[in-house]
Amino acid sequence: MLARLSFRHGVHPAEKKELTAGLAIRRMPFPDEVVLPLRQHAGKPARLLVEPGDRVERGDKLAEADGFFSVPIHASGAGTVQSIGWWPHPDGSMAEAVRVSLESYSPQIPRPRIIPRWEGLTPKQVVDAVQRAGVVGLGGAAFPTHVKLLPPDDVSVDTLIVNGAECEPYLTTDHRTMVEYPERVQFGIRVMMHTLGVDRAIIGVENNKPDAIAILEETLPDDLDVSVQGLTVKYPQGYEKMLIRALTGREVPSGKLPMHVGAVVQNVGSLACIAEVFETGLPLIERVVTVTGPGVRRPSNLLVPVGTKLRDVLDFCDGLTDDAAEIVFGGPMMGASQPDLDAPIIKGTTGVVVLTHRESRARQVHPCIRCGHCLDSCPVFLNPSLLGQLAQAGRYEEMEEAHLADCMLCGCCSYVCPSNIPLSQMFALAKAGAKRRKQQAA
Amino acid sequence: MGPALGDDVQLRLQASPHLKAPDSTPRIMWSVTASLIPIIAVAVFYFGPSALLVLIAATLGAVLTEWAFAPRGSLADGSCVITGILLGLVLPPGVPLWIAFVGGAFGIGFGKLVFGGLGQNVFNPALLGRAFLQAAFPAVMTTWSTVPERWSALRGDNLALPFMSPKVDAVTGATPLGLFKFEDTTTEVSKLMIGDVSGSLGETAGIVILVCGGYLALRNYLNWRIPASILLTVALFSGLLYAIDSARFASPMFALFSGGLMLGALYMATDMVTSPVTNSGAWIFGIGIGLLVVVIRTWGGLPEGVMYAILLMNALVPFINRATQPRPYGRSRVPKTQEAEA
Repeated sequence: MLARLSFRHGVHPAEKKELTAGLAIRRMPFPDEVVLPLRQHAGKPARLLVEPGDRVERGDKLAEADGFFSVPIHASGAGTVQSIGWWPHPDGSMAEAVRVSLESYSPQIPRPRIIPRWEGLTPKQVVDAVQRAGVVGLGGAAFPTHVKLLPPDDVSVDTLIVNGAECEPYLTTDHRTMVEYPERVQFGIRVMMHTLGVDRAIIGVENNKPDAIAILEETLPDDLDVSVQGLTVKYPQGYEKMLIRALTGREVPSGKLPMHVGAVVQNVGSLACIAEVFETGLPLIERVVTVTGPGVRRPSNLLVPVGTKLRDVLDFCDGLTDDAAEIVFGGPMMGASQPDLDAPIIKGTTGVVVLTHRESRARQVHPCIRCGHCLDSCPVFLNPSLLGQLAQAGRYEEMEEAHLADCMLCGCCSYVCPSNIPLSQMFALAKAGAKRRKQQAA
Repeated sequence: MGPALGDDVQLRLQASPHLKAPDSTPRIMWSVTASLIPIIAVAVFYFGPSALLVLIAATLGAVLTEWAFAPRGSLADGSCVITGILLGLVLPPGVPLWIAFVGGAFGIGFGKLVFGGLGQNVFNPALLGRAFLQAAFPAVMTTWSTVPERWSALRGDNLALPFMSPKVDAVTGATPLGLFKFEDTTTEVSKLMIGDVSGSLGETAGIVILVCGGYLALRNYLNWRIPASILLTVALFSGLLYAIDSARFASPMFALFSGGLMLGALYMATDMVTSPVTNSGAWIFGIGIGLLVVVIRTWGGLPEGVMYAILLMNALVPFINRATQPRPYGRSRVPKTQEAEA
C-alpha cells in the first residue's frame, strides 16, 4: 500500500541513500576513549556525578537529569574518568564533557540490573524509567522522549505517529533500524500506546524504503490498531508538522506542540531504544549512525558507542578520500559542519556525511530576482524572499511580523535559491537575535 | 587507511543546507537567452539582415550601459543581454540602428540601474526602453517598412545617422492590428501563426514563441500561470466581444496571434523581477494584463496595447504581492489585530 500521502511544497534533493541502504548495521569496536558532553539533548544539561579518577562500568550514570526537562548521561563503556572539561561539541560550540578512557580488555558487561516489567507500570512509572534511561529523540532534535509521554491534563492525545520518513538525503539510520529491528519498533509502539493511552498508531515511511514498509506490515501486532503508511519522497517529510499533516490532515497551530492536535510523534530509533530499555534494562549508550557520502572510503551503517570521536568513526570506515572537503553531522540539509575531528558522536547524531569539493563549494551570491521559487518550496508557507530582504536590511522586528517564528530552518529556500542567497542561515541568525532580545526584555 | 586523518585536514565549514539545487541565476538568464535563438532565427528569416543589425544594436546599447554603470561582475549574469535582445525583438525592422542602441541603453540605465540593478527594478527594462522610444520617436516606431528583396537589402532607415531626418521613400506596410483597426481588414490567422506578416522583428511568429516559452515553463524558468492567464483572459474577453458583434470586434484567434501578445505574454510579463512572487498573484497579474490588452486594442487610440498593459501591471506588482501573501502553516487567515482579539 504505497499511498501517496504528503504535504504541500518541499524540495527533492538527490536521495543518495543507495550508498548504505543495503548495508547491515555493524557494531563498531570500542574506541580507546569516549567523550560525553553533559548537553546532548534539548533542555537543561545533565548534572555531573563523577570526578576524574572514578572507575565506571558500561551503563553507569555519569550525570543525572537536572529537572523534568532533562535526561541523565551514562558511560558508554567501562573505564576510568580521565578528565572533565571543555570539549568541541558537534553544534560548533565548546561544551562541558566527561572524558572516559576505556579499558581495552574489558568484557564491557554492564552491572546486573533489574529490568522493569512495563505491563505492571503506571504511565508515570514508565515515564520515569524512560527518563532514567536517558532516552531522547534519535531523529536529530534529541528532544527528551519522556516529556512527550506525559501530556499535560488539558490536552487529549489520540494518535501516536511513528516517524520512519527519514527524509534527509544520504541517511539510512532509521531505514536499517526498521529493516533489522522491526520487532523492537513494534514493541516500542506497544509501550508508548500503553503509556499514552491511545488506541491508534500510524507508522509513516517514505516510499523509497519498500523493504522497511513490507517488514513493518508483516510484524504488525494483531491486538492493536497500528498501520503503516507510505509517504511521498520529499524533503522535509520527516518534520513533525509535515508528517502530522500528511498522516492525519491536521495542522499544528503556530507556536503549539503536536499534542495540541492530539498527536505525539516518535522516531523509530527512539521506539527501538525504549524497547531496549524494557528488554535489557540498558540506558541509551549506543546508537545507529550512517557514515556515508562520496568523501568516505567505506560507507557504513554502524552501531556506535555514544561519545565516540569523529576521528575514530572515520578511521573505522577506512578514512577520507583525497577530495573530501566537508564533514556534516546529521543530514546534509540540516546538519552541522564539523571543524574538529575530535567532536564526539552524541545521542542526536543521526549520521556522518562526508562531502567532496563537488558538492561542497563556495557559490557566488547574486541579487534576488524574485523568482518565487523559495515561496514554492517553503513547507510552512512563509515568504523567504521578503524575509531575506528584511534580514539584509537589518529590519528584524518586521521579520517577526512576517512570521519568522514559524520558520523551522529546514533549508528548502536556501536549497532552491538560484541566486545562492543563504536564506536559512540569515533566518537562524535573526531567530537567535529575536531570542536574545526577548531574554533581555524579560 | 585514509591519509587525511591527521590534524592537517582542511575542513570546510558552511551553514546548512550543505546541498544546493543545480539552478543558478546566470543559468536561468542564459537559458532564457538561448531559448530566444529560434525566435531570432525566424526574425532574420522574415526580415533579413536588418533584423540581425537591429538586435545587435539594441543588445550593444544594453550591454555597454551595464558595463559602464553597473557594479563589476554583473555582466556575467546575462540579464542585460536578455533585455537587449527582447528590446530588439519588439522594434520595427526598419528602425535606425542608433535609435535601437539608445533604446537598449535607456532600458538598462533608466529601467534597471537607477532602481539599484538586477532584482530591484519595477518595470520590465526592455518594455521601458520601447516605451521611451515610442514617446521620443513616434514616427519611426510606427513605420513598418517592407522591401521586395528580403535578403539583399536593408529596410527603411537602418543606417540613418543620429538625428538626421529619415528618408521618406521607404515602402511601408501596416501591421495586421493596424490594418484591422484603421482599415477594417482582417489577416488570416494561419499567416499570423507562422509570422508571415508585417510587424516588429520577433513578435510575428506566434507558434515559435509558444514553443520556446513552453520550454522555459517546463524547466520552471518562467511561471506558466502568467502566460496562461494572459492568453486565457484575452481569448475569453475578445471571444465575448466577438460573440456580441463579430463584424466590429476581432476574433479570439486573431487577438491571440496578432501584435506583440505572444512575446509579451511569454517573455515580457514573465520577467521574474517585475512579476508577482506568489502564484495567486501571478494569476491576478496575468488576468489584469489580458483585460488591459483587449481594452486598449479595442477602445484605445493605438492598435496595440501589450506594452502599456504589462507596464501598468508591473507598477501594481508590489500591491499584488502584499495582497496575496500565503497563509503560513498553523495560522488562520484572520489579520493580526483580529487574531489578537479573538
